[in-house]
Amino acid sequence: MKLNSLNIKEANEGLKKKSFSSVELTKACLDQIRKLEGKLNAFVTVTENEALEQAQEADKLISAGQDLPLLGIPIAIKDNFSTLGIKTTASSIVLDDYIPPYNATVVAKLKAAGMVLLGKTNMDAWAHGSSTETSDYGSTKNPWNIKYLPGGSSGGSAASVAADEVIAAIGSETAGSIRQPASWCGVVGLKPTYGRVSRYGVIAMGSSLDSPGPITKTVEDSALILEVLAGVDENDATTSPLPVGNYSQKLSKNIKELKIGISEEYFIDGIDKEVKEMVEGALKKFEKFGAKIENLKLFDPKYAIDVYTIIQRSEVSSNLARYDGIRYGNGRDYFKDEAKRRIMFGTYALSSGYYDQYYNKAQKVRTVIIDDFKKAFEKVDVIIAPTSPSLALPVGATKDSAMFGEIADVLVEPSSIAGLAGINIPIGFSKSGLPIGMQIIGPQFSEELVLSVAYEYEKLTQVEKWRGLKPNL
Amino acid sequence: MKYKAVIGLEVHVELKTNSKMFCSCSADYFGQKPNTHTCPVCLGLPGALPVPNKKAIEWCVQIGLALNCNIPLFSKFDRKNYFYPDLPKGYQISQYDKPFCVNGYLTLTSGKKVGVTRVHMEEDTGKLIHEKVSGENVSLIDFNRSGVPLVEIVTEPDFETAEEVKEYLQKLQQIVRYLGVSNADMEKGNMRLEPNISLRLSNQQSAISNQLPPYKVEVKNINSFAFVSKAIDYEIKRQTEILEKGKTPIQETRGFVEKNSSTVSQRVKEEASDYRYFPEPDIPPLRWTKEQIKNLKSQIPELPDKKTQRFEKNHLLPRTDSIILTREKITADYFEEAVKLGKNHDLTPKQIANFIINRKIDITTTLPAELVKEVLNSSKKEEISDAELKKIIKEILEKNPKVAEDYKAGKTSVIQFVIGQVMYIIRKKIDTEVLRKLIMEELK
Amino acid sequence: MKIDVSHIAKLANLPLSKTEKTKFEKQLGETFEYVEGLNEVETKNVEPKSQVTGLENITRDDTAKPSLSQDDALSNTKSKHNGFFKVKAIFEE
Repeated sequence: MKLNSLNIKEANEGLKKKSFSSVELTKACLDQIRKLEGKLNAFVTVTENEALEQAQEADKLISAGQDLPLLGIPIAIKDNFSTLGIKTTASSIVLDDYIPPYNATVVAKLKAAGMVLLGKTNMDAWAHGSSTETSDYGSTKNPWNIKYLPGGSSGGSAASVAADEVIAAIGSETAGSIRQPASWCGVVGLKPTYGRVSRYGVIAMGSSLDSPGPITKTVEDSALILEVLAGVDENDATTSPLPVGNYSQKLSKNIKELKIGISEEYFIDGIDKEVKEMVEGALKKFEKFGAKIENLKLFDPKYAIDVYTIIQRSEVSSNLARYDGIRYGNGRDYFKDEAKRRIMFGTYALSSGYYDQYYNKAQKVRTVIIDDFKKAFEKVDVIIAPTSPSLALPVGATKDSAMFGEIADVLVEPSSIAGLAGINIPIGFSKSGLPIGMQIIGPQFSEELVLSVAYEYEKLTQVEKWRGLKPNL
Repeated sequence: MKYKAVIGLEVHVELKTNSKMFCSCSADYFGQKPNTHTCPVCLGLPGALPVPNKKAIEWCVQIGLALNCNIPLFSKFDRKNYFYPDLPKGYQISQYDKPFCVNGYLTLTSGKKVGVTRVHMEEDTGKLIHEKVSGENVSLIDFNRSGVPLVEIVTEPDFETAEEVKEYLQKLQQIVRYLGVSNADMEKGNMRLEPNISLRLSNQQSAISNQLPPYKVEVKNINSFAFVSKAIDYEIKRQTEILEKGKTPIQETRGFVEKNSSTVSQRVKEEASDYRYFPEPDIPPLRWTKEQIKNLKSQIPELPDKKTQRFEKNHLLPRTDSIILTREKITADYFEEAVKLGKNHDLTPKQIANFIINRKIDITTTLPAELVKEVLNSSKKEEISDAELKKIIKEILEKNPKVAEDYKAGKTSVIQFVIGQVMYIIRKKIDTEVLRKLIMEELK
Repeated sequence: MKIDVSHIAKLANLPLSKTEKTKFEKQLGETFEYVEGLNEVETKNVEPKSQVTGLENITRDDTAKPSLSQDDALSNTKSKHNGFFKVKAIFEE
């Protein structure tokens, strides 16, 4: 088995047993990157030299008996996380040459946990999109079929994990940007509760929605990284002071006690038939394992598109105002169409005379959505639904579609608007060989529950044949 | 006067906290090298987030309380969106519909209450310097000031004259200094003033006269109380002339020009100014308990107006003395300390007040106890008996017979000569009025 | 729905070409028509929610900490002079 195809848990064990060194592990990843980047374009920046230095350092610490959760593990980070001394572009040429003088809290925590940073992954520019096609550095391709898109905006992170270029990656989700690319690339993507993981240093998109989280090969890895990332941050006033759980230690869950909610509103018209059937199949398995499935009538997610579009674009219009080319980066004429559309929409929605009609109305419907989930979680433990209504779309599918991102993410938007925890786990493949994912949504700060339900499903279906598949690149 | 001025005022006060409003950079930026007091937050770097300064918020509320404001229990920050090179984020974190303090007032000496609409918290911008660099006109930006806590105090359009505005400003300056929340130093830009001025007919009857004029002119860039008066006077004159021609002055922002004490039109920016306020998503809202407000109120020291009244009543000082002694809190405290010590020596507060005021005592170098000693010494020196004085006067008059002659001829100024002679001989400071009377008696 | 794209672009400080203005006017109009669907949702007695955490009173103590060095602060700008950021002249009058 190639070292780069290991997951965190396996790599940790191997490193500890000295079966291989962090340098070897890192080199295996770098080799894979070198081999595949021409096809995949998952990275904006590969930090080869720094990575090897960090790996050497990690090997020394391992020899000295240091025990850190991610010591010597090569990880890639989405290019909207500020990295001290390493170019951070958010895949926009506005920031083509921007080198942050500070680390995002997430980056600082990963470094403290011993991570080896392999590089910065490609994304939709400013995280505006669900395809990576809006990246100013070219779109990333789906490792399972490079004629297809990886999803987005954390498409580079998801693709790099799926293609074994890295052991794990970090993404960020405003509404769907972790779960949807994880679904299209067949990996595990956790969107933590808003406020569970610090946003400090993450290039802001929708400030009331942005949630950084892990994209991994297994649920256990996801839990392991969340343990590192989660917690209150004095630099982010919206982080929760609630204690961080021992997520990786508490993954076992008695499925027989589990109540799963489903809502026909989430099996919308136009949903891909294979996606629908496979999620229904997964729910049948849950039932077989003893879980109870309850039918809910959730608030129609189609309204979430409107709410999300208005709130997110309003916040975007304000968050992108700082890019004036004076203190860093290039001027505002460097923004591309998608950013311009969102900035102008948000500017208009907040402008005098329209605030109540758009922004305020959207925030009211947000309250309706939050209350709707609250009621639902009085009846069930988690809600399960397809992550994306479609399989990965072919390259070029989103060109000049004025609202592609927002519409494609219809099934993940309601939970993002309410700030809930959600996870995408792979459940199989289409006949065409593209991955299919399913999302498990829980209440705010229910990461332990959501991860353990995902973990149990992963464990109980471990024997399924598709699990052994690897992209043929 | 045919027209009556309607004047409102916006004052920005910079707080003297240790750190900035939303980051931990030092707020003590004055005179520092450019761009040495910045961080990702106040430089508006990608990904940086604001965390509000608790002390600044409390001080803002205390200013509001000192201005008799209501403190709503719920409050929040908002983003005010506009573009300017000195505004690094492209928005200023301010407060829109839920300011910390509302509905207060400040009482002028005349008894008139000037309404304080609101007192809210915001952050300062960077500083622009306009220069020529290698032949090219450029603007240079220093972000050391960016993010320094600013409190904005907005009044109702209750002023009618420049004098009222000036008094309000002096009182406000005094109050924030008493609170110890700002140096309120005009020269350093700790206090910035923006009057808005319009005129209405003074003979307008009831209902109409309560209506505000259909325009208002805001004047910016004013950095002294004297200039506010000048700007207001200039505007009253300018607007009167326009109204006399049967026209209405346009609503606009004007800048004050120091060299000829006039105002000039700045951009008519009304069309472009749409601040697109919305709740700041990065900062959770704030909620006070009544207990906390009570506690903040209890920490407010006795304010100048109360102190002046108390000095008059308790220390039996004339109003003028009270006002002088309470102008600065440090002087008032010094005075009261000295009064306390002076009591043991039967010194009256008036004696101490006279000494502080007339001798212009440097209270930073003279301890109150030393002051009391000096007052005692000087009052001893004054103990020279009338009989003794009379003896001296007689001797002088005998030596200078012409004095009596001149005096009888109506030249009363000769008394001054005698006073001088007496003083020269005794070399002591005495009450000249007593001396004058004694001389006149001798001359009769 | 007709949107004054030039005005919005000015507010947003975005330089737009004529072609862009035409394109965005159409696209923005369509997007705003799309979100009109929200009016179907009854929100008469509903309070708007701009934050989901329920957190309140998050502040920090007034302690000053070291800042970036001048070099670091200026490290990403393309235009500086004597420790200042430099831009084309902005006239205030």
